[in-house]
Amino acid sequence: MSTESTTDAAEDVESFRLRARAWLAENMPRIEGKSNADIAREDENGVYARKLQKILFDGGFAGLCFPVEYGGQGLSLAHQRAFTEESGPYQMPTVLNIPSLSILGATLLDFGTEAQKKRHLPKLISGEEIWVQFLSEPSGGSDLAGLVTKATRDGDIFHLNGSKIWSSGAFRADYALVLARTNPEVPKHSGITVFILKIHQPGVEIQQIKMATGANEFCQEFFDDVPIPIEDVLGKIDDGWTVASRLLFHERDAMGGGSPYLSGQGQRGHGTSNRSDLIELAESNGTLGDPAIRQLIAEAKINETVGEQLTARTATAIKQGLVPGTAGSIPRLYSAMTSERRQEINLEILGTAAPVWEPGAPSRQKSLDYLMRQGGSLGGGSNEMQRNIISERVLLMPREYAADKDKPFNEVLHNQTPTRPR
Amino acid sequence: MDLELTDDQGLFRETTAKFIEATCPIDTVREWSESEPHGFNRKWWSQGAELGWTSLLVSEEHGGGSVSGHGLLDLILVAEEQGRRVTPGPLLPVNVVAAALSEFGTSEQADRHLPGLLSGESIATWCIEAGRGSILPGGPRLQATKDGAGYRISGVTAPIEAADVADLFLAVADVDGVPIHVLVDAATPGVVVSEMESIDFVRRHGAVHFNDVSIGAGSLLGGVADASEQIDRLLDLAVVIQCASMSGAIDQVLGFTLEYAFDRYSFGRPLASYQALKHRFADHKIFAEASLATTVAAANAVDARAGDASELASTAKAYIAQSVTSELHDFVQLTGGIGTTWDHDLHLFIRRAVQERALLGSPADHRERIALILGLGAA
Ligand SMILES: Cc1cc2nc3c(=O)[nH]c(=O)nc-3n(C[C@H](O)[C@H](O)[C@H](O)COP(=O)(O)OP(=O)(O)OC[C@H]3O[C@@H](n4cnc5c(N)ncnc54)[C@H](O)[C@@H]3O)c2cc1C
Repeated sequence: MSTESTTDAAEDVESFRLRARAWLAENMPRIEGKSNADIAREDENGVYARKLQKILFDGGFAGLCFPVEYGGQGLSLAHQRAFTEESGPYQMPTVLNIPSLSILGATLLDFGTEAQKKRHLPKLISGEEIWVQFLSEPSGGSDLAGLVTKATRDGDIFHLNGSKIWSSGAFRADYALVLARTNPEVPKHSGITVFILKIHQPGVEIQQIKMATGANEFCQEFFDDVPIPIEDVLGKIDDGWTVASRLLFHERDAMGGGSPYLSGQGQRGHGTSNRSDLIELAESNGTLGDPAIRQLIAEAKINETVGEQLTARTATAIKQGLVPGTAGSIPRLYSAMTSERRQEINLEILGTAAPVWEPGAPSRQKSLDYLMRQGGSLGGGSNEMQRNIISERVLLMPREYAADKDKPFNEVLHNQTPTRPR
Repeated sequence: MDLELTDDQGLFRETTAKFIEATCPIDTVREWSESEPHGFNRKWWSQGAELGWTSLLVSEEHGGGSVSGHGLLDLILVAEEQGRRVTPGPLLPVNVVAAALSEFGTSEQADRHLPGLLSGESIATWCIEAGRGSILPGGPRLQATKDGAGYRISGVTAPIEAADVADLFLAVADVDGVPIHVLVDAATPGVVVSEMESIDFVRRHGAVHFNDVSIGAGSLLGGVADASEQIDRLLDLAVVIQCASMSGAIDQVLGFTLEYAFDRYSFGRPLASYQALKHRFADHKIFAEASLATTVAAANAVDARAGDASELASTAKAYIAQSVTSELHDFVQLTGGIGTTWDHDLHLFIRRAVQERALLGSPADHRERIALILGLGAA
């Protein structure tokens, strides 16, 4: 399964870097004090992100590691890293990195039929289509294979019924990969299928969920007999777990910062941000001279640097076959844990500005972000799940007892999907 | 370990590991802690020197040579294998002084001191410790005053590894707030070494007293009057060696404790099957991998004299040393009562880690060093 292909006479990284530098200066708007996350927050419907992505696409700087035949540039990870470094001073649509490009685009590339890839990948890469993932359900997210949303086959059409939840940004997206049960009479992993679902259509109701911060980023979807044509099955019918496992690999890779499809800085989910923002914060509240604060700034920097080093080491170990691909959980868990720590450091440096601020103070968002401290430790598989994976798949420790093992799914105890509210 | 070793490096690592296994397994470490007055055997040290343990940071023109062309990347293989076995011997101090002589020494200084260090016949050590914050600019130091063409030096530098066996000291001293580096024979009048007690089983430390010691101008390392850059360079080298040793130790202890968890049963099942313990092993695995990753990254930067060499060296030291001792204690916890005993090897690793954590800059000192590099004001 190749996710990277390189053009024949690939431009060397340094001349690519210079070309990218000149192009960025010419074409991309400067970031001017705001972070890409700030820009995304003000662009709730993703209109601006699509516009930025289109500029990148037209300039030949979008989807750098996607194959040329599907709208990418067929370049290497080193080219992508160089581009990301160069893009620092510019506005980048990093909100499209996760999940649209690096998780869903990557999975589509791995499993899509030629027709599916030709139809969707160029649009994903140009920003014309935004994709999200419909995995978690109200009945449970960790036990993903225990999902209860079902798709019943009727000739060449499947009918989708059930509900998905926690899908980030579904309201602004066009398509989702949805996992549904297509055979309840076999053990849970054997009866799931992955579908490409057009989100905005009759029978799909989307409700935004208000988060602890007050933002409405998350959604719950209710499916009422939504028809899905058989050509929109991704991978094989009832073999969706194979596709889902690969999707989860891409998710860990993206959340851990190792994915070749991430472009632009500050894209790695929660907590990580550009180097100087803590320094700026300490400067603004006059604590930069405080030795205790300097210690914390240095610690945050250390955690970030070691994270990059760990990501690179794990990628090499996986490539060399020294560890299984599930070792992607190592940088994934590291980044979640250091992101929690980073939130604590933010709180410490904010001082009294954490609970109280002058109206409109720039530090406001940092205070609110603290309320979502656990976001990175739940989204994309909880820390506990990552620890299960590392201990069982990497350290080869005994697997947990599973009450549902080898049992037909319809005989397994599970939570029920709530019915659609009226 | 670096995952991208050359074949020669792989062979070198293997030879080193086999040599230590054969000549100084942990039982021998225990034995030497009682039988060898300096914690290690001199003949054995010379054999190690023959394998290249003292020559990797020394240029070929001075009689040294590396395996891969990147001496520090080779040396961390030795340090890591030693860390895995709590090996005795002055690996760090000898290599740091040898590097100093090779990189900065005048040809007279190099010719005079290097051959003995390379063969293992003589031992040298770096004297920078003189109290909390010694590694930072403006930290406590020996005091030197100009005396004709030379200097007079006073004060105490401690704790100094292998001070009891060293023939040569490379000492940092301040002249009106500017640091100098001086090469001082142990036999120089006024230089007195006093014994200290060390928590490490086999690595001995002492205090070196300079009682108004008179030093000729020829003793100034490389004849340079401001040694600030030399100090930074040696500190980077030293810290990378420590980090390799600590990450080797962590990886080794993780390995044998994990094995133990598979073998030991409780309530009719192996310890390794309990989720509460599995999750802790997962966290330890992360620490082990992150430690190895940051060590190798720092070694590459320091080897290449990259612009961020000092930042990455201090990053590795602060990251690893901050947690290494508590990590090791959690392995005691996972092992149970036997892990707290004299006969179990865990305490040897903890002893070594306590030493490496604190010396040549505490985690807090290295965070301060990073803060200074980031431009965050004076110490
Ligand atoms: C910021 C964010 C973004 C998200 N984005 C998406 C998205 O785009 N699409 C999507 O489909 N979902 C998304 N999710 C949902 C996320 O994947 C789930 O929240 C997560 O998998 C946990 O599922 P749950 O919430 O149902 O908790 P549960 O599975 O009920 O778990 C509750 C607690 O029990 C622990 N636990 C569960 N089982 C075990 C076990 N076997 N061993 C040990 N501990 C266990 C969990 O770790 C957790 O601490 C997102 C979540 C967040 C926070």
